[in-house]
Amino acid sequence: MSKLKLATVWLDGCSGCHMSFLDMDERLLELAEIVDVVYSPIVDAKEYPDEVDIALVEGAVSSEDDERKIRKIRAHTKMLVAMGDCAITGNVPSMRNPIGPEAILNRAYIENTSAQPQIPSVVVPKLLRTVRPIQEYVKVDAYLPGCPPSADTFHTALTAFINGGPLDVSALTRFGA
Amino acid sequence: MSVEADVKTLIIDEQEVSARAGQTILQVARENDIYIPTLCHLDGLSDVGACRLCLIEIKGGNKLVPACVATVQEGMEVSTDTERLRKHRRTILELLFAERNHICSVCVSNGHCELQTLAQEQGVTHVRFPYRNPNLPVDASHERFTADHNRCILCTRCVRVCAEIEGAHVWDVMGRGINSMIITDLHEDWGASSCTRCGKCVQVCPTGALFDKSKIGSDHPKYPDFLPYLNLMREAQ
Amino acid sequence: MTIEELEQIAASVQRENAAFDYEVNVCMDLACVSQGADKLKEALVKSAEASGKKVLVRRTGCMGPCSHGPLVRVDPDEALYHKVHAGHARAIVASLGGPPVAELQCDLNEHFESQVRVVLENAGYIDPVKIDDYIARDGYKALLTVLTEMTPSGVIHRVTESGLRGRGGGGYPTGLKWSTVAKAAGDMKYVVCNGDEGDPGAFMDRSVMEGDPHRVIEGMAIAAYAVGASKGFIYVRAEYPVAVSRLTTALREARRRGLLGNNVCNTPFNFDVEIRLGAGAFVCGEETALIASIEGKRGTPKPRPPYPAMSGLWGKPTLINNVETYANIAPIVRNGGRWFFNMGSERSKGTKVFALTGKIANTGLVEVPMGIKLREIIERIGGGVPAGHTFKAVQTGGPSGGCIPAEMLDIGVSYDALLKVGSIMGSGGMIVMDDTSCMVNVARFFVEFCMTESCGKCIPCRAGTAQMFTLLTRICDGTGTMDDLELLEDLCSTVKEASLCGLGQTAPNPVLSTLKYFRNEYIEHIVHKRCPAGVCTIQVPSEVTA
Repeated sequence: MSKLKLATVWLDGCSGCHMSFLDMDERLLELAEIVDVVYSPIVDAKEYPDEVDIALVEGAVSSEDDERKIRKIRAHTKMLVAMGDCAITGNVPSMRNPIGPEAILNRAYIENTSAQPQIPSVVVPKLLRTVRPIQEYVKVDAYLPGCPPSADTFHTALTAFINGGPLDVSALTRFGA
Repeated sequence: MSVEADVKTLIIDEQEVSARAGQTILQVARENDIYIPTLCHLDGLSDVGACRLCLIEIKGGNKLVPACVATVQEGMEVSTDTERLRKHRRTILELLFAERNHICSVCVSNGHCELQTLAQEQGVTHVRFPYRNPNLPVDASHERFTADHNRCILCTRCVRVCAEIEGAHVWDVMGRGINSMIITDLHEDWGASSCTRCGKCVQVCPTGALFDKSKIGSDHPKYPDFLPYLNLMREAQ
Repeated sequence: MTIEELEQIAASVQRENAAFDYEVNVCMDLACVSQGADKLKEALVKSAEASGKKVLVRRTGCMGPCSHGPLVRVDPDEALYHKVHAGHARAIVASLGGPPVAELQCDLNEHFESQVRVVLENAGYIDPVKIDDYIARDGYKALLTVLTEMTPSGVIHRVTESGLRGRGGGGYPTGLKWSTVAKAAGDMKYVVCNGDEGDPGAFMDRSVMEGDPHRVIEGMAIAAYAVGASKGFIYVRAEYPVAVSRLTTALREARRRGLLGNNVCNTPFNFDVEIRLGAGAFVCGEETALIASIEGKRGTPKPRPPYPAMSGLWGKPTLINNVETYANIAPIVRNGGRWFFNMGSERSKGTKVFALTGKIANTGLVEVPMGIKLREIIERIGGGVPAGHTFKAVQTGGPSGGCIPAEMLDIGVSYDALLKVGSIMGSGGMIVMDDTSCMVNVARFFVEFCMTESCGKCIPCRAGTAQMFTLLTRICDGTGTMDDLELLEDLCSTVKEASLCGLGQTAPNPVLSTLKYFRNEYIEHIVHKRCPAGVCTIQVPSEVTA
């Protein structure tokens, strides 16, 4: 049997979920025996593969680039897992929603900058009006809340996803955990 | 009336229990270790039946009834944990999360929040409704406490404890519907209000909406258990 | 005051009226006044004086077909004129004694034929500010009969026997409510009249309070005698200033005649009424919120039980009935319970006043026997949908009612039948929609109303109606998905079952009923991105392509 293809994706988040994922430590080695990590911030692949079995998505949808990515990921993934509070609730990135992106950009690039204050217009993707969780854009198959979800949560959940066993997410983790 | 006549027998979740006439279903359930989730209810305060989490089913009646205010009747059969009730409870919690800006990870009450705990307990792993993200103020004008309206769920425990226990009635509700807000006095800053600084509202607040400034960035558990004792001591006097 | 004195007053009014050869009745209800009925009346008075004819020009309450206003009825010929303005005054006066003014005559026979007037029996015949006019049409006779000849339980028996059910919308048996309050222990009891009519498009109660205020007061006094109350409150919304002023005048007149106050009509019965103004919150029509409002508190509902009949105003037993319910009491007492019972359908007795509005020829106030087919109200009495358009749905019961499609028009109007098709009787609003109405947009309109009027106390109603509105807006915009539709239906069930009061419990009705009968319109918006009625502005999707 060929190995399952696993992807991890980093949208608008702090990468803490990825850190926590890596905190699985030696259990990562066991995992590596049954899955291939085909796309991730921690591997070299630049293009999202055509067929992925499980994708763990960290971060909210904040920019046009995020939106494009999440739709592409959905189209090429069998099981899409929302990983952590940013992906599920918007979390800290969504705290800009009540005041809009202009206020944030001004504070970051104009008010607090002494040399050549300007809002970047090339290379960086355009921000969306509001930061939304990924389930507002695409269908999500499983949710792992937490900020971040613990390494144990990852291990238990991934084991269940891979083996197709039952999983009580609320017994493992919660919003803000 | 004899004492025996005041005893009612009823069934809660297939368990036969007895109760005194006038007791609420919630009281009787708790006496018998039957769990019913609550949010606006707090032992020691009057009940308003507003959060609708304690809704239960009574056999023979189609309407759902709040256990915090419904009193026991002889022979009634109560179900507290049906699929229909669980669904409504989850939906209500989702509605609360989507209503304002509840960011657990940066909240003083993270880990001690009743809303957060209820969500976990009722199996809410995500919210299906669009987040409303309203722009709400934080009132930090008080020298000791802060009111963060982003985290308020309008349970009105603060309003009740201030009026009923402290006797100050500083807190109240203004506005209608989705625009409702808790306010101090006639919508003055908390710091400029007639607040007695007793801090009871902070202790009964189920979320991080009302918090002690000295606890920012640290663990901020709340201790609302003083209420029944306070009431007991007052009655004894 | 005795029966004899009442009869003397009636006789003197009749004598005064007999001095005139003609009566010109001018409808001075809001709709007619807004189109110049007040100027018309002045002109009629002037023309009458100038003509030398013996003409009584009388202001009256609502005559019914508002879309034909200003209305004038000339007696004894019973000639009905429509769309009359001040310029017609001379012609009308000149025609008295001769043939009627042909160009102003309207043929509304069909409109009036199938109506039965009980609550509106005086509308168009009396001057609302004149207590003697009311007395001349058997007014306060019922109260006197009750006070001098009947026991409180006898009154309750008669009301019970009539089969009258609450006209505020719930349809609770009135006799049963009265007997509960009568049996409740307490030295102080209250009767309250709910005049907080807030449904969009409904104006039945306003017309009764403005057009025949004494009828309401008489009903309340009889109720007070029956349940043992000595104090009454009329809760009227402040948006009805004319009703407030007419009621204030009526109360003053009734006190002057000894029909209110201590020892009413020289009997041991004490009763007086105060008016309380509502500040415009729709939910204050809900009885527990209404009580809170009268007590001076924030108008929010409370869980029931305890019911107001046991613990209402200031914790005392309180009888709360709607304006129209009280307006039915005097005729029931006068004519007997059986008389009322014999009208209407099997489980809904008597008549019901409806405010017929929307895409229909004869908008206005109609009173029909219960059980009459919806089709008859709309096609015959209402004159149908104006030419060029086709009927699509009728919405009954205000913002919390449902939309009933054309294929269901043959149901009889009763509490149970309307409930069965997913709507409610409500207080009597009836809004007719034609093919220019988008049913999704209609549902969204009513949900927006409920969202704005939610008091904010319970979560399902406060946050649930707001989310329903968001989801419906998406669907109207063309940005909704089939998942949104599923979520909307799921949310509706929670708002309906888990809300604290009637507002939240019924708020999903317009959505559920349009989903049931007009689901294809939702699908059209979502899947084909088009609004079949051409009402909604569909947004071009701003989707970022992958």
